Amino acid sequence: MVLEIILTKYNYFIYISLMALGFYGMIGKSNLIKKLIGMSVFQYSIFLFYISIADVEGGTAPILVKGEVVYVNPLPHVLILTAIVVAVSTLAVGLSLAVRIYREFGTLDENKILMGLKND
Amino acid sequence: MILAVDILLLGVAILLAVKAIHTKDLVESTVLFAGYSFVLAVIWFELNSVDVSFTEAAVGAGVSTILLVAVIALSLRYEEEEERSMVRNYLAAIACITFFIVLALGVQDLPIIGDPNAPHHQHVVPRYIENTYEETGVVNIVTAILANYRGYDTLGEVTVIFTAGISVILLLRRVWQ
Amino acid sequence: MSDGRGIILRTNARFMVPFILLWGLYVLTHGTSGPGGGFQAGVVLAAGIILYAVVFGLEESKRIFPIKVMLIIASIGVSIYAWVGIFSIIFGGKFLEYGKIPISHYPAESSKLGIEMVEIGIGLTVMAIMLSIFYDFVHRGD
Repeated sequence: MVLEIILTKYNYFIYISLMALGFYGMIGKSNLIKKLIGMSVFQYSIFLFYISIADVEGGTAPILVKGEVVYVNPLPHVLILTAIVVAVSTLAVGLSLAVRIYREFGTLDENKILMGLKND
Repeated sequence: MILAVDILLLGVAILLAVKAIHTKDLVESTVLFAGYSFVLAVIWFELNSVDVSFTEAAVGAGVSTILLVAVIALSLRYEEEEERSMVRNYLAAIACITFFIVLALGVQDLPIIGDPNAPHHQHVVPRYIENTYEETGVVNIVTAILANYRGYDTLGEVTVIFTAGISVILLLRRVWQ
Repeated sequence: MSDGRGIILRTNARFMVPFILLWGLYVLTHGTSGPGGGFQAGVVLAAGIILYAVVFGLEESKRIFPIKVMLIIASIGVSIYAWVGIFSIIFGGKFLEYGKIPISHYPAESSKLGIEMVEIGIGLTVMAIMLSIFYDFVHRGD
């Protein structure tokens, strides 16, 4: 029973492991840029999950052509299209905050920044 | 959805993600992250989503890599040494494993990928696919949904992007004076 | 970054950048009859201009695509989107109901025109904001 779930739904376990990797990068590493890279890995793995559940067996890209064709589900594509550009905007704002923090404290390590804030 | 190609690409994506998070050199991490996003763009092309695939290729290999390299050039290249104990790493690993287990328990209710009778293909989407050409005159269903059926949400998204640009100007341009 | 790169990079970029920008414009205007649209075209155009700036130097790129013009283009993009919506209200429809714009008697053709205008707006804003963010990050404070 468990083996059957693993064999037919193996994709989901790969997506979940990518999510867990990104999550570890966000909370387990103390460099700010490494945290932002972990956040981006997490975001892209969620997009992968959405696009993969939109696929239909034997379907083709969702552009109308003449004849009887099966199309894949276009709705997750729409969600993820805007989400990609918003993700890069979020990364840009996060990186600009990191630049300002570096100019202020001289370090990008989270523990040293907290130490610096405590001593202020 | 060719099985062998799928598993190969997903395996490469996991290896790139593991190495990108683990390494201490930030430039190596950035290049591996660009590779990861490009492998994801190829996977999405194989899953028949053409619009999303080339947006991701342009964004992942173009814009976000340049921004990360620019920030590394303005600050440090290597991660600093950890002088704290390893307790924090173990706690983070326990949290991630708990996250993995909780989500894996939820997988048994999800539909098999590619099943045409899954519930998310049934309710709203057939109406969109059938009525797109008569109601909007456009052949690309993704563009029709984005700009016509769900146009109000897209207006909000464009405003979010504009606001992000303004935020970066506010944060970084004061430094120029 | 302000003096340009070696001969291989310059030759290749001189060959590739016009085609990238031309393809971005093609994707923008053919969003309704094939894959493409606003977001795709915006990021492709931004990637082409960033390639030009990285290879040929930042001052050269700021001479051709200045920052103030980019911000004006970004504002124009969002305004086009909102004004198409208000235009629909003027002619008796709801906000962003493209069928009421009086271009032809069939609402499908007016809808197609509305979608194309909106895609141009989205593409301009995305391109201009990506470029503005890039210029902010690589500025050398002198």
